[in-house]
Amino acid sequence: MMSKTCIITGASRGIGREIALTLADQGMNIVINYLGSQARAEETAAEVESRGGQALVVRGDVADFGESEKLIKACIDKFNRVDILINNAGITRDSLIMRMKEEDWDKVISTNLKGVFNCSRAAVRFMIKQKGGRIINIASVVGLTGNPGQANYAAAKAGIIGFTKALAKEVASRGILVNAVAPGYIQTEMTEALPVESKEKILKHIPLGRLGQPADIAEMVKFLSMEASYITGQVMVVDGGLTM
Amino acid sequence: MDIFAKVKEMIVEQLGVEEEEVKKETAFKDLNADSLDIVELVMAMEEEFDLEISDEQVEKIKTVGDVIQYLEANV
Ligand SMILES: NC(=O)c1ccc[n+]([C@@H]2O[C@H](COP(=O)([O-])OP(=O)(O)OC[C@H]3O[C@@H](n4cnc5c(N)ncnc54)[C@H](OP(=O)(O)O)[C@@H]3O)[C@@H](O)[C@H]2O)c1
Repeated sequence: MMSKTCIITGASRGIGREIALTLADQGMNIVINYLGSQARAEETAAEVESRGGQALVVRGDVADFGESEKLIKACIDKFNRVDILINNAGITRDSLIMRMKEEDWDKVISTNLKGVFNCSRAAVRFMIKQKGGRIINIASVVGLTGNPGQANYAAAKAGIIGFTKALAKEVASRGILVNAVAPGYIQTEMTEALPVESKEKILKHIPLGRLGQPADIAEMVKFLSMEASYITGQVMVVDGGLTM
Repeated sequence: MDIFAKVKEMIVEQLGVEEEEVKKETAFKDLNADSLDIVELVMAMEEEFDLEISDEQVEKIKTVGDVIQYLEANV
């Protein structure tokens, strides 16, 4: 069988990296996008290849419409198709609304939300031509529940959920499945920044009694990208029970 | 260039219909084209004929003849 090809945005580290390695184990070709961490993107690529997948590293800012198009094009040029797009790149710029700078709002919305639009728009026309594909957007439980200090992030993640459902309806007739994954608190550099006390507080609210690991998310992404042929427009919450 | 022949070829390919079904007076809805098909066709034509077809123009397109007329006036 021909290898499937998957593009993962923000795959130099954290959850994106783990998704890359998990899908490489399934023999997929992986396009590893990153913005600043070149050495780590290349390290991810080396690891993908050692697991038997082919890797392509593409630098590009998902907040930029043209760079996102170039990312998808680079994948098509190398692998001739795109079966799966995982919109994972994301940032935080936390502060209370009254202190939130306009720039912090714009930056988070353009990376986390517009980035999903940019990459999906570019990829979907190839998927329509192929008559199939999967798009998986990494949202957050914060997009469902809100969180003080994260109005920009919560708005972007809730936006991703609406986008996911709209796109799922638009392209379902072409065999393209679009879903979102909403992680709870996952141990990466993004959450490392939190003070120890607030981590302990969060932990008390997680019924499964531990913070999530990138592998917990990668497992769901693998399910949505390789199995799950009758699921579209859904938000899969992976949070150890935090938001039930 | 025979625009009609080219357009017919593109429609046949995109919509998977028979060549005989595509006449100037044929309406796209009678070819069972849904909105995604129309968008795809428009994008393919923009590429083929190297022009831009605005959304307002697309709204006005009902039949194959409408497309030919637009292309003949703009190519
Ligand atoms: N960790 C959590 O608890 C948690 C919870 C819910 C949702 N999420 C979501 O999961 C996703 C991954 O988070 P993470 O924890 O793995 O974060 P992370 O460790 O901070 O990694 C973020 C990744 O995104 C990339 N990136 C950032 N801005 C980019 C841009 N403009 N263009 C392209 N790539 C960009 C980074 O690449 P460079 O380093 O190369 O810049 C990096 O690879 C994010 O969407 C995040 O919101 C995380």
